[in-house]
Amino acid sequence: MSLVVDMRYDAGAFRLETRLEIGAGLTALVGRSGTGKTTLLNVIAGLARPIAGAVTIDGETLSDASTTAWVPPHRRRIGYVFQEPRLFPHLRVKGNLLYAHDRATSSLRVDDVISLLNLSPLLGRATSTLSGGEQQRVALGRALLSSPRLLLLDEPLAAIDQPHREAILPYLDRVRVDHAIPTIYVTHTWSEVSGRADRVVELEAGQISFAGSVADHHLGHGGPGGRGGAEYSAP
Amino acid sequence: MTTWTPAELDAVWLSLKVATVAMLASVAPAVAVAWLLARRRFWGRSILNTLVHLPLVVPPVVTGYFLLRLFGQRGPIGAWLARDLGIQFSFRWTGAALAAGVMAFPLIVRAVELGLDHVDRRVEDAAATLGASPLRVFLSVTLPLALPSIAAGLAIGFAKALGEFGATITFVSNIPGETQTLALAIYSQLERPGGDAPAMRLAWLSVAISVLALLASEALGRVFRRRDP
Repeated sequence: MSLVVDMRYDAGAFRLETRLEIGAGLTALVGRSGTGKTTLLNVIAGLARPIAGAVTIDGETLSDASTTAWVPPHRRRIGYVFQEPRLFPHLRVKGNLLYAHDRATSSLRVDDVISLLNLSPLLGRATSTLSGGEQQRVALGRALLSSPRLLLLDEPLAAIDQPHREAILPYLDRVRVDHAIPTIYVTHTWSEVSGRADRVVELEAGQISFAGSVADHHLGHGGPGGRGGAEYSAP
Repeated sequence: MTTWTPAELDAVWLSLKVATVAMLASVAPAVAVAWLLARRRFWGRSILNTLVHLPLVVPPVVTGYFLLRLFGQRGPIGAWLARDLGIQFSFRWTGAALAAGVMAFPLIVRAVELGLDHVDRRVEDAAATLGASPLRVFLSVTLPLALPSIAAGLAIGFAKALGEFGATITFVSNIPGETQTLALAIYSQLERPGGDAPAMRLAWLSVAISVLALLASEALGRVFRRRDP
């Protein structure tokens, strides 16, 4: 998988300008709040439209401002797990999971995903009765069942309290190991991606300030953990 | 014990038929127009918004007069419908349903538009990233989430259609058994000597049906909001 994001996006006074190439494996996208991490994911998913430049994946143009080429989000096959789960409130857990699953084309079996994320006890429940961690597991399962070629995880644990975060991380590892779907993982908390990420991209004020290996990122920020192991808390 | 005359029962039955048909015919265009107004910015949006809401502000007799000019036997649309499709509105109960639908339309549109405004666009975005086309997003996410507002809009529209008077009498006249709805039957009773008592009975009946429709609207809204998926 090769994703190339070479574009400019403007929203009022905010400008996001990136020239970036991402391969397979897990890419940690880090940076302080308001630096454009979510906007970058939205551009890749097709939920935000750049005013200049292009986004391509495996040579396929997803958007190109110079030719007005545009692939709508539903045709991109890019899974997206948002900060808040955004489950469909009118469907039960099973309905949410099956929403995107197409038996004819999917390489994943529903039962496998249910087992992978331990969703079996939740299937008949209304989404409003789930805890934050359970909701994010359902959102992750739902995104997996859409057979994405790239998975975007936007601070998927941000709305979950610490003990439950620790509980969901093994599920993310299982997804990473079992399915090897290229993933971009936005986080403020280095420990979530430490030992998991293959590369790091850091954004600062709408620009890429670092893109490279985890080791180089550590060196550039004074030792393991980057920024002294600190979290990228809001300024 | 009150005994209802056949003419009064006809009026009640006709009112219910007219209001029901008006709502059934209005729901699809009302949802479409509400979606356009709530979700799209396009040239002519203000004009469409004004046209839709016009029946709320112009005298009903004016709306009825325009319906007569457009859908009457000699009107451009009415003549074509009668000639090519065999559909006739003037002096028929179908005309009363059209008048009731036009008068109730802005109320339905407003309720649905409000409901669409409250549907979480982020959930719709999530559906799109899951491979759902805009039409599927609308049918499988937007519409079910807006259902309480659509039901409430139809109930209030039904109540409005039941009470419609001015546009109906102007467009299709007041013909017992054909276009004489409850409101028109009350008017006829008031016009004739000794009609006070029957007019009062019909008035109370009209109030009761309208109250029931409003209560049904309230209950439907509650059911849809609390609905366990």
